[in-house]
Amino acid sequence: MSEHRTTPGTDGPDLAAVENPVAPSNDSVRVEHAAAEPEGTSRGAGLMSGAFGRNLGLVLALLVICVVGVVTAGDRFASVDNMVTILRLASIVGVVSIGMTFVITGGGIDLSVGAIVALSSVWASTFATQTMAEDTHWLVMVFTALAVGGACGLVNGVLIAYGNIVPFIMTLAMLASARGLAEIISERRTQIVRVEGFKDFWSADVLGVPLLVVIFALVSVGGWFLFNRTTFGRRTLAVGGNPEAARLAGINVKRHTVLLYVLVGLCCGLAALMYLARTSTGSSTHGTLLELDVIAAVVIGGTLLTGGRGTIVGTVIGVLIFSTLSNVFVLNNQDSSTQAVAKGLIIVVAVLLQQRLARRSTTT
Amino acid sequence: MTTQPTTAPLLEMRGIVKRFPGVLALGGVDLDVRPGEVHCLLGQNGAGKSTLIKVLSASYQPDEGEVLWEGRPVALPTPQSAMRLGISTIYQELDLVPGLSVAENIFLGHELSSGGMSQRGRTNRAAADLLARLGHGEISPTREVGRLTPAAQQIVSMARALSQDTRLLVLDEPSAVLDQGEVDNLFRVIRDLTAEGVAVVYISHRLEEIRQIGDRITVLKDGRTVATGLAVAETPTADLITLMTGRSIEYVFPPRGDAVVTTGEPVLEVSDLELAGVFSGVDLRVHAGEIVGLAGLVGAGRSEILETVYGARRASAGTVRVNGRELRRGSVPAAVKAGLGLAPEERKSQGLLLDQAVYRNVTVSTLGRFARLGFLDSGDERRRAAEVTQSLDVRPAGVDRLVRLLSGGNQQKVVLARWLLRECRVLLLDEPTRGVDVGARAEIYAVVRALADSGVAVVVVSSEVEEVLGLADRVLVVREGRVVHEGPAHEIDESRVLDLVMEGSAA
Ligand SMILES: Nc1ncnc2c1ncn2[C@@H]1O[C@H](COP(=O)(O)OP(=O)(O)OP(=O)(O)O)[C@@H](O)[C@H]1O
Ligand SMILES: [Mg+2]
Repeated sequence: MSEHRTTPGTDGPDLAAVENPVAPSNDSVRVEHAAAEPEGTSRGAGLMSGAFGRNLGLVLALLVICVVGVVTAGDRFASVDNMVTILRLASIVGVVSIGMTFVITGGGIDLSVGAIVALSSVWASTFATQTMAEDTHWLVMVFTALAVGGACGLVNGVLIAYGNIVPFIMTLAMLASARGLAEIISERRTQIVRVEGFKDFWSADVLGVPLLVVIFALVSVGGWFLFNRTTFGRRTLAVGGNPEAARLAGINVKRHTVLLYVLVGLCCGLAALMYLARTSTGSSTHGTLLELDVIAAVVIGGTLLTGGRGTIVGTVIGVLIFSTLSNVFVLNNQDSSTQAVAKGLIIVVAVLLQQRLARRSTTT
Repeated sequence: MTTQPTTAPLLEMRGIVKRFPGVLALGGVDLDVRPGEVHCLLGQNGAGKSTLIKVLSASYQPDEGEVLWEGRPVALPTPQSAMRLGISTIYQELDLVPGLSVAENIFLGHELSSGGMSQRGRTNRAAADLLARLGHGEISPTREVGRLTPAAQQIVSMARALSQDTRLLVLDEPSAVLDQGEVDNLFRVIRDLTAEGVAVVYISHRLEEIRQIGDRITVLKDGRTVATGLAVAETPTADLITLMTGRSIEYVFPPRGDAVVTTGEPVLEVSDLELAGVFSGVDLRVHAGEIVGLAGLVGAGRSEILETVYGARRASAGTVRVNGRELRRGSVPAAVKAGLGLAPEERKSQGLLLDQAVYRNVTVSTLGRFARLGFLDSGDERRRAAEVTQSLDVRPAGVDRLVRLLSGGNQQKVVLARWLLRECRVLLLDEPTRGVDVGARAEIYAVVRALADSGVAVVVVSSEVEEVLGLADRVLVVREGRVVHEGPAHEIDESRVLDLVMEGSAA
């Protein structure tokens, strides 16, 4: 446990503490713990019902899974190597989940993330791209993946914001066509990454930590700042919470919506590069059903599916819960079907718990 | 409207206590209501009026205290149990389902059906009857509720209350969304009901209404009953204000700055503005330091004019200029950049981020000012938000409270605070004192006048003619999408405005 706690950005409890500066209340009426939660999540007072309480609940859930891991798999679970494995497993879903947290908080949804990852990975590893990369620099592949991801996000965003297509439908259409395009480009073949510079850089370790994990950490920390400390984050909450009020307050809601989808598209491009690094291949099957894992992680993390409330820390813990869970199952030689059932149960239990906490603080 | 003092109370509430985390909303409230009377509940914003009636309708459970119905203690575990006793409530926040039809909303929860099949025809006919009884036969039972005006939605809520066997009707600020004519109509309905022995609990911040319709009064202050069972006829308004606020307030409008220069270039110049099908040919010139009021019936197009000027609706013709520069049509960001601000009519749906802290609602239009390279200084944000909310006396005072947890009037002040902070050149106020108590009203009037004196051009829309005439320097009367009168406010009186407003409908 301690190993993974020291990883920057994935550190649930510490970030949660940063998130809740218990500001001294100077109300004339005494307000107990109505202290500000920068993530805008609190529905009232009481320790357990705030963002802190919710994150605490998630951390507890994570701990329970870890205890189960230690009891059933012993040292095979509680080793530094295994912790790194879990984090590496978490990193791809994690990066996309951070982007998705923004979109969902902003009142949207993106079902096409998995397909965009596939298309980006394929496009960045075509014969032409790789040849160009070998001739010039492997960064060409990086730019290609990010550009494809960002462009898909732009298409989603523009058609949703200016074409008034419902996000669910638009991204469903993107899901179908992006993966189809990936299949056409790759002719359904797996494309091996042969650019040495790319492989060397992306499989490197930073101080013993795999680069993928470092990227996840950086994206999480960056996402946290963007969400909680910038005008962009604040506007996202406003747009998701009440688009009409945001519009009348002078926020350019349409442009902001486009930016949200571009952001998640860029995250998908990054995730595609991480796939290329981890599997050394680009394929139209990368990221299949990724959207489900991502949305599940964001939602159990405490982000409201209807928008207006979100938490990056919760999302990160949500991602870790699922990847730890599947690690425990793999170590115990359980098949993926049992794992899927457990996942479903966790989602339901987590959401039920959150509702209870929310209700306790509003007393309606 | 005669009540025999001997009648046994229909409802008694004894020592009701309700705590919310960190706030004592009700600290031992007593109320007794007799059959056939209109019992008015008065109190400042946040005094606990809405909370009390939510306890009565059992949507909140009290922490202490008891409720007696016809002298017997009753338990009210669920809203249904209150309804079964015959208690119907129309909340301050309308609670209709926007996607359902008028008739479906009226009979929601007690649908007319036979063998599980809903009976559309019968439902629609019954709904039409109820609406006709309320004097609004023109509202079609099959219309989608979300498409109705707020005033018409209010009527639907009334019909909903009447569709059940009502013995006690609770109205929480029903007149806030209504104009003069509709208020009269509402009073007629209330009188019909009380004549049949129905008791009414009536909440309003407009004291003149209490005079017209009320029999007895209970005054709440800071969650406690400070007076109960006062006879309306024998209690001077000044006494009521003192009871409510603990001080005496001169309920007057601030003096007009007579130094307004209206000869030079106007700050806001609207020419021949048109929104197809709603209004047309609107000209409006507002100078720095001037307050212009728009009077008219609900639905005459006043709010639409403001929203079109602000770019929230796309004008089909005409121009809007600020300091001589033409604004891009249909662009709110452009308007805000040019120095326009709009406090919209519907604070919940158009104004507020309910699940966000007060300070975030206040700073949402000025975020750039608190940011460096996009990074916010939330300490500074809180400080500035605290300053403006204090100047408007928002209670409770903390800026970290969620707006949802504030009382209705205090939410309204938060919307105003946003534009005070922004220091606009042109401020458009749509119903700025809706649901605001007497004390705070005087403060808001003073603030608006002070803003004007500092050089802001202000446009005010209000359904209260008295407010328009008292606050504005110049008045425009709007009827059916056209300006039918324009002139200085002191040259016209309330009855003349009402005549102008009604003329079309009388003809
Ligand atoms: N769900 C809630 N949670 C916490 N505090 C609440 C909640 N509802 C109301 N309050 C607080 O209780 C107090 C009484 O509110 P209430 O809505 O009853 O006032 P009111 O008399 O109806 O005011 P207004 O005239 O502005 O509508 C206020 O201080 C308000 O902030
Ligand atoms: Mg109220």
